[in-house]
Amino acid sequence: MEAITARGLNVYYGGFHAIKDVTVSVAPRRITSLIGPSGCGKSTLLRTFNRMNDLIAGVRVTGDVEIFGRPLYGEDVHSLRRRVGMVFQRPNPFPLSVYDNVAHGPRVHGTTNGKELDEIVARSLSAVGLWETLKDRLREIALSLSGEQQQRLCFARLLAVQPEVLLMDEPCSALDPISTTRVEELMQELKKDYTIVIVTHNMQQAARVSEDCGFMLLGELVEFGRTDSIFTKPSDRRTEDYITGRYG
Amino acid sequence: MRIAPRTTQAIAKGLLLTATASAVGALVFVVGFVLAGGLRHVSWSFLTEPILDMGRAGGIFPAIVGTLLMVLVSVGIAAPLGIASAIYLAEYTREGRLTQTIRFGINCLAGVPSIIFGLFGFILFVNILGLGWSVLSGGLSLAAMILPTVIRTAEEALRSVPTSYRDVAASLGATRWQVVTKSVLPYAIPGILTGVILGIGRSIEETAVVIFTAGSAVQTPTSVFDSARTMAVHFYILAREGISNENAYATAAVLICTILIINTTAYTLMHRLMRGRRAA
Ligand SMILES: Nc1ncnc2c1ncn2[C@@H]1O[C@H](COP(=O)(O)OP(=O)(O)OP(=O)(O)O)[C@@H](O)[C@H]1O
Ligand SMILES: [Mg+2]
Repeated sequence: MEAITARGLNVYYGGFHAIKDVTVSVAPRRITSLIGPSGCGKSTLLRTFNRMNDLIAGVRVTGDVEIFGRPLYGEDVHSLRRRVGMVFQRPNPFPLSVYDNVAHGPRVHGTTNGKELDEIVARSLSAVGLWETLKDRLREIALSLSGEQQQRLCFARLLAVQPEVLLMDEPCSALDPISTTRVEELMQELKKDYTIVIVTHNMQQAARVSEDCGFMLLGELVEFGRTDSIFTKPSDRRTEDYITGRYG
Repeated sequence: MRIAPRTTQAIAKGLLLTATASAVGALVFVVGFVLAGGLRHVSWSFLTEPILDMGRAGGIFPAIVGTLLMVLVSVGIAAPLGIASAIYLAEYTREGRLTQTIRFGINCLAGVPSIIFGLFGFILFVNILGLGWSVLSGGLSLAAMILPTVIRTAEEALRSVPTSYRDVAASLGATRWQVVTKSVLPYAIPGILTGVILGIGRSIEETAVVIFTAGSAVQTPTSVFDSARTMAVHFYILAREGISNENAYATAAVLICTILIINTTAYTLMHRLMRGRRAA
């Protein structure tokens, strides 16, 4: 079953038509990237999948979207967001301890047992490669970590609620190149268990990490397919212009 | 003629320093003056004895109890109500005509002289609702008076919490209520508390409202339905009617100490709270 399918999806910010008739399906346990020039609607499309756009006044969504076969608006938004989680552009841990950051989600969802939380924290930190470094520093405030560690911690905080889909909006744009490479390796690890959709401005990154790729322009999904074929033989002229750098 | 940047810098620094020094100096002078004049008349019996002969003799025990009760009632009502309103305004509504109107109203109320609240309380609580001159009427009127301040500071404190906290919490599947209680309120508490402390201070120092709505009984109130006077009112009456200068000063000194104690406790508590949460 597809992880995400959208048919005739439109998103409006008030009168502004931000996503235009997008039809796409995202395969499970793979990395799908969304590329395109600034303002083309990548973030908007991504945020549609966990209904984060609904928090913005005046947003209207039409069309059919299903997450693992379940209609996007067919279930309670809180359980949907639990299944479809998000990593943001800037590392944004809470000003709490490492432990409390990771335990935040499980606590919100009702896990209060200390031992259970300990296990979740250990498991989530291990999954993002932070356990060895931080297992003795769990009480340390998260803001004292490096940028890369903070972003990994944000991954861990998300994994702690056991989502199925990970949405990432330019997750490496605040990191240096070495950290970026390591976080990309982490994504390769994570895709064994999770479906990942990543928005990136960096075409090399899209080429490196993703199996599938979508190119967006002015709210339209111009082309969608295997990443290698998008980059080697794009079928649309506009895609070709963009990836060869003839676009802004 | 151009003034060298270094000179401007020095002048600016000097002016600012003078301004700060005079502000602090005036404060220290006033507080020092009152404490110096009053503290030597303060004794244990002054704190624990009833008011005798209209305040010429005895102590101020009833006024201390009256003050604490009145503050408890007013803050006990204004803090929950004000914080709830602020949460509603900052977290549960979208900016629009309605919120703008509410905010405009709150700002107007914040600027209304306290005597108006006294009159309002006298008409509504004392007369219409038949609560009479009582701690309850006084506390309710004081609550109305400090409510705008509490709401304003609390709303500001909530708004200063980064949006990303809300986004992250929501993206993890938290409900609006969970977002507010777990990811916004904890970080706004210092600001909210500051507003509450301001409210406590204004309740303690208020005279007009209290005289209108709680009367000025010299007996120790035993329930919120009794009339009572606060230290501020007691001081006002002693000084205005020339009853006893010594006791007026002594009362003022106790009043100032009370405020200092409350503020210090509140801020210590706040810091402990913050540090506790960080470490937890
Ligand atoms: N809250 C909003 N209200 C109104 N318009 C918005 C809002 N958010 C985004 N838009 C508009 O929708 C369009 C798509 O924005 P979006 O943020 O999805 O683009 P993007 O492809 O992610 O851009 P970038 O690469 O710069 O992040 C833009 O034209 C933007 O101006
Ligand atoms: Mg974006």
